[in-house]
Amino acid sequence: MAVNAAAAAELREIDSTQSAPQVRYALLLEWGTRIGLFVLVLSFAAYLSGWLPAHVAPDELPQVWSLPVAQYLNQTGAPVGWDWIARLHQGDMLGLAGIAVLAGCSALALLALVPMYAAASDRPFVVLTVLQILVLVAAASGWVTS
Amino acid sequence: MRIRAFALLCAGLLVAASAHAASPVASSSAPWWFWPLALFVCCFAMGVVAVPAGIGGGTLFVPLIGSFFPFHLDFVRGAGLLVALASALSSGPMLLRSGLGSLRLTLPLAVLASASSIVGAMLGLAMPASMVQMLLGGVVLCIVVLMLVAKRCEFPVVERPDALSQSLALHGVFLDGASGRSVHWQVHRTLPGLFTFMGIGVMAGMFGIGAGWANVPVLNLLMGAPLKLAAGTSGVVLSLVDSAAAWVYLHRGAVLPMIAVPSVVGMMLGARIGAKLLHRLPAHVVRRLVLGVLIFAGLRALLKGTGLWP
Repeated sequence: MAVNAAAAAELREIDSTQSAPQVRYALLLEWGTRIGLFVLVLSFAAYLSGWLPAHVAPDELPQVWSLPVAQYLNQTGAPVGWDWIARLHQGDMLGLAGIAVLAGCSALALLALVPMYAAASDRPFVVLTVLQILVLVAAASGWVTS
Repeated sequence: MRIRAFALLCAGLLVAASAHAASPVASSSAPWWFWPLALFVCCFAMGVVAVPAGIGGGTLFVPLIGSFFPFHLDFVRGAGLLVALASALSSGPMLLRSGLGSLRLTLPLAVLASASSIVGAMLGLAMPASMVQMLLGGVVLCIVVLMLVAKRCEFPVVERPDALSQSLALHGVFLDGASGRSVHWQVHRTLPGLFTFMGIGVMAGMFGIGAGWANVPVLNLLMGAPLKLAAGTSGVVLSLVDSAAAWVYLHRGAVLPMIAVPSVVGMMLGARIGAKLLHRLPAHVVRRLVLGVLIFAGLRALLKGTGLWP
């Protein structure tokens, strides 16, 4: 019992020693992940059930999912880059929104850390955080892959 | 006994999937829902065994699904990245709060690794599938060797952190649940660690297999991070590295929700069960089982890439 109490006290102490940016980042990441997974699963259910129309219907996919991506795009006219945004009314395209939330939530969570590191005059980590955001934004923009 | 039955079921499913996928009339012989359902079941099984085996589900996903399912490797790698990303994002917040993952240690490594993962993803999508298959087979067999020979040190001794580590204040503290004591840590050899993570990023992007198998030894054995911190921080690094590479696959149209969603959901549910069974399953048996599966999948990818076993 005494050991448990000591361990709990130590855990509380350790919780308080995790830096404020780390705790904030964890919270934002958690919510971003929840939202992304929710959109992903809900859109997939809408896609499978036919509740939303599809760009490529589920029963047509087996004819094209074994093709290299370039041929798949040619054959289906599926969008590249950010073009899927214009087709969010389609179930399979809405699924890409869930994936974009999952892939984008880290950058948004990092953005919230910049003022915290700046307030603590932690210049190396202001620079590192901004660099990491720039890498993720460059990937997300499609600029580096175009 | 139950594990053997479970292993036989999974093996049976893979063989059945392989037979279907190899058939030239696969698309017409199996109803469309067979594949996402089989994918869900396989990913669930992979999630269950990945935790006790001590590897990421993404490491199993690409070689197995790429070898035994009819999907093109481009889509399998896109889904593999999402599986690794979703797993890393789900465990990241808990790891960061407990101190088992360090954001301070993550950021310098992730900046370089995520930039190089973009390059890796672009290279992977530009190369012919057969070459990627061959390289993937080679990498998977290297992972097996690494799993067999790499030593692990629970609490490496870092007598003096290097200048870069000191200037970035790469140190901290976490509570070790097993001993109930707080562990203070610091790292050394920061520069070699940074360069190694660049290489790991390229592989993560190119093959979509996650990179925990490489992150943990580098953090633990090269940089001197305690083993649990290395495993936790590896997950946080992966969440950033895979985010960057996932955008490349998304923009190039190489992400199909029909493949990605059952994989992500199956793997996450399986990992929850695997974590609960962690103390009940004999870890050495599961580890041997996973090693056997990886050797088979690695050889299969190698032979598929060379055209010897199409």
